[in-house]
Amino acid sequence: MTTRRDFVATSALAAGALALGRPRDAAAHTRLLPHVQQRMDAPTRDLLLLALDTAKRGGASYADARIQRVQRNAVFTRERQVLDVVDSDTIGCGIRALVDGCWGFAATPRLTSEGIQRAATEAVATAKANRIARDQAVQLAPNPSHPDATWSSGFTIDPFSISIEEKTTLAIAANTAALSVPGVRFVSTQLQFVKEERNYANTDGSVIAQTLVRTYTPMAITAVSADRSDFAIRDAVVQPTGRGWESVLENNLPVNAKKWAEEAAEKLTAKSVEPGRYDLVLHPSNLGLTLHESVAHPTEIDRAYGYEANYAGTSFVAPPERVLGALKFGSPLMNITGDRSEPGGCASIGYDDDGVKPEAFDIIKDGIVVDYQTTREQAMWLDWWYKKRNMPTRSHGCSYADSWSSVQFQRMPNVSITPGARDIGFSDLIAATDRGIAIQGRGSYSIDQQRFNGQFGGALFHEIRGGKIVGQLRDVAYQFRTTDFWGALDMLGGRRSYELYATFSDGKGQPGQANAVTHGCVPTRHRQQNVINTGRKA
Amino acid sequence: MSRFIDSRAPRSLLLADDLVISRTDAQRVIESVIRLSRADSVQAVIRSSRTRNVRFAANQLSTAGVVEDTTLVVMSFIGRKHSAVTTNDLSPESIERTVRKAEAIARLAPDDPDMLPVLGPQVLRDLGGAWDEATAGLAADEVTAAANTALAPARKAGSALTVAGFLITGADAIAIGTSAGHFAYHRGTSANYTLTVRSNDGTGSGWSGEDALAWSALNFGAVSAQAIEKAERSRNPVAIEPGRYTVILEPQAVGDLVGLMPRYFNARSADEGRSPFAKPGGGNRLGEQIVNAMVNLTSDPADSLVLTQPFDGDGMPLTKQSWITNGTLSTMLVPRAWAARKNLVATGNPNNLILAGGSTSRDQMIAGTQRGVLVTRLWYLRETDPRTMSYTGLTRDGTFLIENGKISKSIKNMRFNESPLFLLNNVEALGPVRRTASEGPGTQIMPVLKARDFNFTSLSDAV
Repeated sequence: MTTRRDFVATSALAAGALALGRPRDAAAHTRLLPHVQQRMDAPTRDLLLLALDTAKRGGASYADARIQRVQRNAVFTRERQVLDVVDSDTIGCGIRALVDGCWGFAATPRLTSEGIQRAATEAVATAKANRIARDQAVQLAPNPSHPDATWSSGFTIDPFSISIEEKTTLAIAANTAALSVPGVRFVSTQLQFVKEERNYANTDGSVIAQTLVRTYTPMAITAVSADRSDFAIRDAVVQPTGRGWESVLENNLPVNAKKWAEEAAEKLTAKSVEPGRYDLVLHPSNLGLTLHESVAHPTEIDRAYGYEANYAGTSFVAPPERVLGALKFGSPLMNITGDRSEPGGCASIGYDDDGVKPEAFDIIKDGIVVDYQTTREQAMWLDWWYKKRNMPTRSHGCSYADSWSSVQFQRMPNVSITPGARDIGFSDLIAATDRGIAIQGRGSYSIDQQRFNGQFGGALFHEIRGGKIVGQLRDVAYQFRTTDFWGALDMLGGRRSYELYATFSDGKGQPGQANAVTHGCVPTRHRQQNVINTGRKA
Repeated sequence: MSRFIDSRAPRSLLLADDLVISRTDAQRVIESVIRLSRADSVQAVIRSSRTRNVRFAANQLSTAGVVEDTTLVVMSFIGRKHSAVTTNDLSPESIERTVRKAEAIARLAPDDPDMLPVLGPQVLRDLGGAWDEATAGLAADEVTAAANTALAPARKAGSALTVAGFLITGADAIAIGTSAGHFAYHRGTSANYTLTVRSNDGTGSGWSGEDALAWSALNFGAVSAQAIEKAERSRNPVAIEPGRYTVILEPQAVGDLVGLMPRYFNARSADEGRSPFAKPGGGNRLGEQIVNAMVNLTSDPADSLVLTQPFDGDGMPLTKQSWITNGTLSTMLVPRAWAARKNLVATGNPNNLILAGGSTSRDQMIAGTQRGVLVTRLWYLRETDPRTMSYTGLTRDGTFLIENGKISKSIKNMRFNESPLFLLNNVEALGPVRRTASEGPGTQIMPVLKARDFNFTSLSDAV
């Protein structure tokens, strides 16, 4: 049984692990308790309150401030060598002020009284400058204050407590295992870790301290033909996660790498796909990205209203007045939720950057669009809809900034598909399919700026004939129109087949921001989709 | 918060209150790193920036901000081991902590067989013309006023257009120093304006943008006029059959696709058999004709239109490099480690890209086209086949059909599956060049380009 004393002792050991550099075994790791976020320290709190006070005295009706520390650690390897060991640590403060219904933002790394006051003053001045172009004043949906809140993502082992030796040894072992497979000539493994300490306060009275950890260990395995005339890559084999080092141990890279390498070697000699219509059986590791692009992005409210028109695009799920409760997005089997509290999710958080405690919400119910992803400002735009449904007008907690130097805006929560009622999985869907292609992993992906027309590849393709896998294919991509693709959904896996797909850096906004997000997925089958051949001779 | 914040007693090696770190301050910080280092050798990189931005959409301002930051990267080398540690706290205590941490990590890292010594003194060109004082110190109301040049007309009664745009301007500086005596410093300014205009009937969209060293070089009126013209002209698009078409790509569209090429020029990947430029049986295709003889593709930090820092992220001097000369693969990108292993000359990593233009104007290209497609810009490009540099993506914000030498109608956007190699092989005419307004890394100069057999594979209803 683990005691509080064990935890403190092991944490102290972990803090010194970098210098000690002594590898520790998995059994030792499992003795650790999940991380517990401590309350905000006094100097940080003082600076945040100073920022708010300065903004208020400058004329802000509302303000919030974030002091964030973001640490990153990464080990880059290829074959049997370490390319780089990189460690970064940045800290600063972002201050947002609302003056006469206009936003202003300023960010500074100068965490001194003078630096904070100067940034707060600049945020107010920028908001005031914006008044000349004001159309409608910003209004914020009501939100209770959280005066002394803490939250931590559910990691057990802080990856920053693991020695560089242990990390590099693991990566090289994985590479070596992959290289033992004939035909495999190149392999790269990265171990990437992020830790965010987010300290937030707003003029509504919230003071919130949170810690988030994310882990990603991508591998890319390349097989090259003997005459060097061809090569094939197997990657996208490990999903990013909102957890810690314990997830790395569970993935057991050295053991799995050999299997992935054999798939790469086999892919090199796989049959090039014959274009045509196929039933597609999509594994969660493939469906996740398709769901992300074709469902999660178009149900962002800012896209629907044109706020991303100059960059990431608008949405076909618009205008809200016409589509809410009316647009048939997919088959009745399709149920999609947004949820920032999903355990292990890369977008999971206790309180968003508006100070909102998020909760799960329906986006698509039985194939019909019923809601969007919103912040406090954006929830007010749908006040009419929530009144009609007899729901409170409140934010869904989707305000997020990727750094202290970025202004918060609408970023997607974990957007996931609800499992089907029947307890079936990937192999059951394959067995039920007469002529199709089973697709695993992330490949090339592209979708238009309103999310109508998508083209998605994958990492691994298997031809299905008469309910059985008959061999690997290559050069496969499926092209679709979003509502047709989801309308053709006729089978999906049950709860036991539910897996988390994730991406580490999803871009949006100007200036651009990268967001980590997870999508809970089950395997799905989509009837008669258009498959093209992407191979072409030079 | 585990890193101590002392709000009362700031101490920093940044003495001056410059917008970005000065050469003197950068030298002071780098010298302190070198003095503190106990590693065999050390390299320090400082990046400093201050930017101001205004974003607007749905005919109103959405966000605006000013952001400053300075980061220090310390790279320690011990034997054949190395590491890199980054911080943005430039207090003496933090710098010492960072140096010690870099050394601790380096000691734990395995040997790197490709490790090279840090660079000694290098000959660098002075590109002081990349800095514009007025751009560096621009005030919030000047940027907001520029946004209003698009917002005000769109909000006038009777306007059938909605605007969304982004303005970003600022200054940045980079300094690199090593314990072997290398020191490089560069600072520059930039200004970028992009505008999307959409027709209120939901059927038309137009885009335009400009990018320059100086704020004063941006022509807000011209950007607005072009985006509005495209939006109005692109209303009520019709569908045409996907297939192979002659295309006239405007400079932004050319840059969107051709700008992807430099990542494939790496000699190591080609020599190892995993690149479009790998030669069956081994080696690479250097010296072979790879595209049409009209094509000349270069990088040059001293080009007056795209002045960039005269050294790469490692501090390697950058000079003019000709990647493709009259259609022939004339240089491959050789990293330092590969150069050392293969006894080649390292090229440095280029930070701009220039496709030489020609004498055919856009109007002449249209007039000489029986049936073709005019493209404003491309969107969401993703690699589909690394063996051929093939990409998929879509047209966006102004796609038009050309019939009998004239723009005949607006057409729906289309998905393509195409390679910049095939595009440049099929080129028929090149026109005037301009600096594009890309959001991607580096800057580009691209021409209007006409090519045959561009492979459109499906239609999109996206506007």
